[in-house]
Amino acid sequence: MGKTRIIIQREYLSRVKKPSFWVMTILPPFLIIGFSAIVIWLALSEKSVSRVAVVNEWNDSLINERTLIDDKDHIYYDVVPLGREEAIKMMSEKSSDYTAVLYIPANLIEGGGRQIHLYFKKTPGMVAEERIKSNIERILYQNQLEYNGIDLKKVEASRIKVNLLSRKVDESGKEVETKTGINMALGFGMAILIYMFIFLYGVQVMRGVIEEKVNRIVEIIVSSVRPFQLMLGKIIGIGMVGLTQIVLMIAFTFGLGIFAQNFVLSSKNITPETIKVDPGIAKMGVNMNTLEGKVVQSGSASNIPVQEYIHAFLNLDFVTIIISFVFYFLFGYLLYASLFAAVGSAVDNETDTQQFLLPLTIPLILGFVASQFIMQDPEGPVGFWMSIFPLTSPVAMLVRIPFGVPLWQLLLSMGLLALTFVFTTWLAGKIYRTGILMYGKKVSWKELGKWLFYKNH
Amino acid sequence: MHLLVCEDIVKKYSNHLALDRVSIHVPRGCVYGLLGPNGAGKTSLIRIINQITGPDSGNVMFDGRKIVADDTARVGYLPEERGLYKKMKVGEQAVYLGRLKGLSKAEARKRLKEWFEKFEMTAWWDKKIEELSKGMQQKVQFIVTLLHDPELLILDEPFSGFDPINANLIKNELLEQKKRGKTIIFSTHNMSSVEELCDEIALIHKSKTILEGNVNEVRQAHKPGIFELEFKGNFMGFTNALWTGFELLEKTEGKPNKARIRLLGKSTPNDLLAAVLPVAEVVGLREIIPGMNEIFISLVSGKTEAAPVNFTE
Repeated sequence: MGKTRIIIQREYLSRVKKPSFWVMTILPPFLIIGFSAIVIWLALSEKSVSRVAVVNEWNDSLINERTLIDDKDHIYYDVVPLGREEAIKMMSEKSSDYTAVLYIPANLIEGGGRQIHLYFKKTPGMVAEERIKSNIERILYQNQLEYNGIDLKKVEASRIKVNLLSRKVDESGKEVETKTGINMALGFGMAILIYMFIFLYGVQVMRGVIEEKVNRIVEIIVSSVRPFQLMLGKIIGIGMVGLTQIVLMIAFTFGLGIFAQNFVLSSKNITPETIKVDPGIAKMGVNMNTLEGKVVQSGSASNIPVQEYIHAFLNLDFVTIIISFVFYFLFGYLLYASLFAAVGSAVDNETDTQQFLLPLTIPLILGFVASQFIMQDPEGPVGFWMSIFPLTSPVAMLVRIPFGVPLWQLLLSMGLLALTFVFTTWLAGKIYRTGILMYGKKVSWKELGKWLFYKNH
Repeated sequence: MHLLVCEDIVKKYSNHLALDRVSIHVPRGCVYGLLGPNGAGKTSLIRIINQITGPDSGNVMFDGRKIVADDTARVGYLPEERGLYKKMKVGEQAVYLGRLKGLSKAEARKRLKEWFEKFEMTAWWDKKIEELSKGMQQKVQFIVTLLHDPELLILDEPFSGFDPINANLIKNELLEQKKRGKTIIFSTHNMSSVEELCDEIALIHKSKTILEGNVNEVRQAHKPGIFELEFKGNFMGFTNALWTGFELLEKTEGKPNKARIRLLGKSTPNDLLAAVLPVAEVVGLREIIPGMNEIFISLVSGKTEAAPVNFTE
């Protein structure tokens, strides 16, 4: 075991000491946070001022400067006593303060036109357009209520909102508060993380094996340690590099996120608690809160305060989630890494890996693709079988975990994964110890099969 | 007395038999040459001795008992296909490989410093392997092989790829190791280095040991019965005198004349002298002892006679 430790040490240190490791660790958080910060900042600073000259050919007792409510520091309306053409000409002059002309034709209601026109010299943006439209609609709506003798205040008061709090009931009949959006985001996030980790570091293991084989150092090493120790040392060492990288990345992301949040939000005088998703922004698909790891589903949930999500988030079964994540993360990686190592040992250069990699990447990608269906229907047959089958379970099961998985399924899946890990490591070890000493030979599947039966020690 | 004995080693690969009941006996403190054409099974045998692979049957005895995993710390191995991590620094890498052989970090570092001084390469310590020339890399590999001061050194084609200066450096170092009582096994195609360095040899051909023994004894045993005779006198009479019982292989006129003669049937050197004395004045007679090269070629190519080419002493 002592020699395996020396190998782990080298594999770990030689990678962590490289500048590229630090670039790859620090850059993604910067990009993620930087990008989100920019998006949020832009979304919040959408409030470029629009001055709208209103040309009203319709009913000026209904649409006038009193009823057209200005959007504070956002959109100002002035009714101008001009015709459409004149107003447009006036607005388009360089010296003019107006950025747009809103033309309300005489046939707005009567002729069934139902159209208003906006002419602009500076793009008002989707939010502003939406606001201008709803401003007019609001005036018409209130007027219509009044006309029909309906008290506006009563209408508002009758509009009662409820929040749907769905609760998962576990086997003991205990209620668990859940929010589907959070479950989906958390599950999918964890699945992506595992998927990427397995892929990135699995391929690194394979490259490492090929490197040693191409360098011909492998024969010197295996005259001191057993091939299996070398393979295991490499897999564990690289796995630790990956863990280090992910922990650092998460730390950096959070650190930067908190920094960026204070920076962006303080410059806008907004605190997180007051953020409600603006309908306009929500329609644009901007997720305001990805910054803090709390994801708000756009659309239906747009007016639910962030606190409720935090609440639902804190109600998740973290013990199960963390244990499962760590378990699937480690065993998923170990299982695939040993197979990647076997592939690396069987070839002389990376281009020859294609034929052997396919059977490894297909289940991995399949698990990833299927996660999107599993998110919709976590307990359906796809979700069930994918999360039991060991080659897909590290990705598929993680999608299901936040929704709650029956214990027997979890244990079955974990047990199968652990057993398969033992089996594939044994298998990979057999291929590896023969493969690393074979030079200049294109290997077929049949050949690989034969290697399993060579006698060593 | 024997440091290493391989008994009836058999190793099968999917479509061929790499080693077919191969046995070798390596005395302690000798230089042992493992000879054989390409593909004969030398590397397979060396890998088994290094415990990189295991035999299908047969035993490897080390120091009088069955070899065990810990014995790798007492063996130093320089493979034929050798290399180092290209991106790793020379010193760091050598310390790593030393540690894998069981040295402590400090001990490996201390010994390496000594070796680097001896071979005048202290300036290389912090260089990456890829910055070194091929010859320099091989020096590093050679040092790594010796670093843990193994009792048994196994070198697969140690001289291939070395320039003459480095090859000489290594030859001298091997002789020094021998003087210190170390046992050395090396495989090679270079027969002159065999004659120069080896005490014992084994010739492996088509997966079998076809010859094993002391180099001098082997050479004596493979004398083809050819004599070189130097004489004064004319060739005509000389040739006629060899009419029966002898075969004239080669003649060179000069002062004196030289002739190579094979004894046929039951003829002895005395018969040869008796036959030629009446017609020539014999200046000298000596028997040709074959070089390892000839023995190698004759045994491997399956000819019973040594090919009459390039005879050396």
